[in-house]
Amino acid sequence: MADYERVLHDSHRDLARGKTFAERLHLDLMLLLPLLMLMVGGLVVLYSASSADWGTVGRQGRNQMVALVAMLVVAQFRVETYRRWAPIIYFLGLVLLVAVPLVGVGAKGAQRWLSLGVVRFQPSELMKLAMPLMVAWWYSRYSIPPRPLPLLGSLLVVVLPAALIVIQPDLGTSLLVAASGLFVIFMAGVSWLYIAAAVVLFVASVWPAWLFLMKDYQKQRVLTLLDPESDKLGAGWNIIQSKTAIGSGGWQGKGWLSGTQSHLDFLPESQTDFIIAVLAEEFGLRGVLILLALYLLVIVRGFWISINAQSSFGRLLASAITLTFFVYVFVNMGMVAGILPVVGVPLPLVSFGGTSMVTLMLGFGILMAISTEKRVIKS
Amino acid sequence: MASSRTALRDTGREAAINAGRVAVALFLVVIALGVLSYRYYSLQIVEYERFLTQSDRNRVRLEAIPPKRGLILDRQGRLLATNIPSHRLSIVIERVSDLDALIKDLGALVELDENDLDSFNERRNRRRPYATVPLKLQLNDHEMARVGVNLHQLPGVAIEAQLTRHYPHGDLLSHVVGYVGRINESEASQIDEQSYRGTLHIGKVGVEKRYESVLHGKVGYQNIEANAHGRVLRVLDEESPSDGADLQLHLDLDLQRAAYDALGDQRGAVVAIDPSNGGILALVSNPSFDGNLFVNGISSKDYSALRDSTDTPLLNRAVQGQYPPGSTVKPMIGLAGLELGLVTPDTTVADPGWYQLPGDSRRYRDWILRIRGTGHAPNVDLRMAIAESCDVYYYDLARRMGIDDLASSLEPYGFGVRSGLDITSEQPGILPSTRWKRSRFDKPWYPGETLSAGIGQGYMLATPLQLAQATMVMANRGDSFVPSIVRRIGDLPVEGVSRPKVMASDDHWSAVIAGMMDVVHDRRGTAAAIGRNLPYTVAGKTGTSQVIGIAQDGVYDEDEIDERHRNHGWFIAFAPVDQPRIAVAVLAENGGGSSAAYPVARKVMDAWLLGASNAEESDDG
Repeated sequence: MADYERVLHDSHRDLARGKTFAERLHLDLMLLLPLLMLMVGGLVVLYSASSADWGTVGRQGRNQMVALVAMLVVAQFRVETYRRWAPIIYFLGLVLLVAVPLVGVGAKGAQRWLSLGVVRFQPSELMKLAMPLMVAWWYSRYSIPPRPLPLLGSLLVVVLPAALIVIQPDLGTSLLVAASGLFVIFMAGVSWLYIAAAVVLFVASVWPAWLFLMKDYQKQRVLTLLDPESDKLGAGWNIIQSKTAIGSGGWQGKGWLSGTQSHLDFLPESQTDFIIAVLAEEFGLRGVLILLALYLLVIVRGFWISINAQSSFGRLLASAITLTFFVYVFVNMGMVAGILPVVGVPLPLVSFGGTSMVTLMLGFGILMAISTEKRVIKS
Repeated sequence: MASSRTALRDTGREAAINAGRVAVALFLVVIALGVLSYRYYSLQIVEYERFLTQSDRNRVRLEAIPPKRGLILDRQGRLLATNIPSHRLSIVIERVSDLDALIKDLGALVELDENDLDSFNERRNRRRPYATVPLKLQLNDHEMARVGVNLHQLPGVAIEAQLTRHYPHGDLLSHVVGYVGRINESEASQIDEQSYRGTLHIGKVGVEKRYESVLHGKVGYQNIEANAHGRVLRVLDEESPSDGADLQLHLDLDLQRAAYDALGDQRGAVVAIDPSNGGILALVSNPSFDGNLFVNGISSKDYSALRDSTDTPLLNRAVQGQYPPGSTVKPMIGLAGLELGLVTPDTTVADPGWYQLPGDSRRYRDWILRIRGTGHAPNVDLRMAIAESCDVYYYDLARRMGIDDLASSLEPYGFGVRSGLDITSEQPGILPSTRWKRSRFDKPWYPGETLSAGIGQGYMLATPLQLAQATMVMANRGDSFVPSIVRRIGDLPVEGVSRPKVMASDDHWSAVIAGMMDVVHDRRGTAAAIGRNLPYTVAGKTGTSQVIGIAQDGVYDEDEIDERHRNHGWFIAFAPVDQPRIAVAVLAENGGGSSAAYPVARKVMDAWLLGASNAEESDDG
């Protein structure tokens, strides 16, 4: 279907019935609805995970409000605006990443934070959005599918911030940020040959990376994944307890507020990274499947927005943001269930915490901006 | 702003490429969701039972309830050892990230010495996961407050309530009751680990050690639901422990105190026995120590002060101290002389103040020679020999008896063997004989040594307990019991155990006892000083034992001799003579002579026979 036909069709519809309230606000209801359901469900689980602490639930509700407002604001801009600002945001992110080791604030042996007066701020969080924006911008300037030289350029765009984050050190975030950029390249239709080559290269580099690059605590996480029983009371504790919580939930679950693993403090980080184990223990496999279904709705809608986007930039950006979102879901649920190493990734929209909530909703705001873009022929 | 290059782009093809990749991505997403679903399915459905069990085992835990240690009471039911509530500082090691740093922090709040840390490390190796490990067993109020205020900053640290052994009378009874202390490594390997689960203390000496098995009780168990910090949330079910049995002693607190006070600063020992059953009425070793110091680990400073003191307060002189019995054995040897037919009550011995063996120029001197320059009397009979403690009479009797008959006649009184008293670490003393000397030194017995033995000197050694036991035999005219401290275990009375009777004719007993009565009641008796205004009859015997040898013609001058080399003073006695109710032995270590001992015995007998506590004391069992 050619662009002009759609524009005619949509214009006609617009004329016929006027704009709805949601359209006026640039809201994509099909996307917003599952997001809100995830948020509300998250509050319900958090209430239990925090041992019925309204204070925690209230703070998370405030985080969600802030994130929703941020999403709403971001949704109002034109996609072209994002495209123009993409390089600026990206380079700002790079500068901040360079600044981290120089003036940053440490926590738990890693320097990841910048202090901006009252708020502490993680530049790597900004990069989670800046990366797909920049790579999408890149391929809005070069032809699709990518030719070798622009491809190399885009890889450089990906590697630079990833390297800066690795040295903080934060391997997990670095990989996720890099992935969000690589997804754009994937969506841009990079040759399967290159992908196959990259996979081979990655596998071949695992052993040298293990020997020379990875820190002891990172190796420990991988070893713990492979055999949690080897260190029952140390590093394996988290995984054994989370698996026990999940498994003991069964099909039905132990019931809301009745999870012994979480309420007796056997489960670590039960409000944040390991909150899925609380859900699985109290609501059983049923609850897990409903959660996965909601995530699937979000992802399908995100891909739908990508396919229907007006520009190449919008298409690449929408699909990359969507895929990145899914990777967060997969990595978190996989690590808690003991099939991936423990990295600090919260369960999107459910785990307690403001930063990741806002970052995610900013991404969905961009998706909405893409989704509700005026169907007009480029002037 | 669209660049010129964009204008040339084939937007249709680009959209198609993207749509294709989106399809691939969606496919991968669905596969990944399938992997996740399968993983959760296998955890929650396939392995459900296993994880459910695991989660129950997590939260429910079998915990030992230590039994309450039995109390120790005196014969009137007064507390000698009790349990008082206290608080200890414990750590759940699994909840601590940096143990060394934590212990350093705690060290700023409470006083931790090396003992605490050693025991902590030892218990740590025996702990079960997520169990609390005690670091300091008794917190004082200040330490409680300091730790309590900071508890929220000390993850893994807990303050636990417990019962601690307490000895309300401090120094008074430590040599009888003994004390408990922390279970050490070698004890841990010997006890049944199961029955001591949750128990930190064990009897170390005295009654506490000997009766450990009955005092300890039987451990109980409870199923508790606990959180990951080890905090108990509720008890699901429990099997109660059976507390240890209370012990009632023959010992009388008032008499014990009277004996302790009577000794005062005098190093020495007092043992008082009930002649009717061998029960120990009082057992004092002076100086003493406070058993409470040992309960939760004595500080090395306190311990070295006790250990290095020249007064050796840790030595239980009453049962471990071995001294030459001196003249206190004269009544028993006299009785043997009568029984063997070597003398009659009327036989006399000429007493110039010294004695010579035939064909030997050495003069064996009588103690009276130094004082009067002559003997006790021209001729001395048995009664006088006992009353005035005539050495010459006994030199002669011993020579005629020979060492082996002398030894075998003293043996039934309990000399030379452990009495079997129910506290630990008793010493046997020495009852010399030719066979003993042969096996000990591989040397023959010399006749001169028999004379020394005749006055309780030379090789012969006895403990104050053994002399008290022998005195009991005299009081009973032959009937003998194994001395015992515990009178009742829980509700069960402990029967006195009889020993073989010392056989002698009634006349002979009367002759010897008459001499012993003269010791106190006759104006010339060696302990006549305590015979004044005595409202009851006493049969006693003084004794003086040399610490250093005096040359044949040397002079023993008390003032010139180092205090530690002064003679030991002894006094043994029983009273009243017709119906003896107490037999007592007093040792005054380096007291110079028996005059340091018999006033003590008088005070002890007064306390028992005239004291207020005695009025209500009539039942026995």
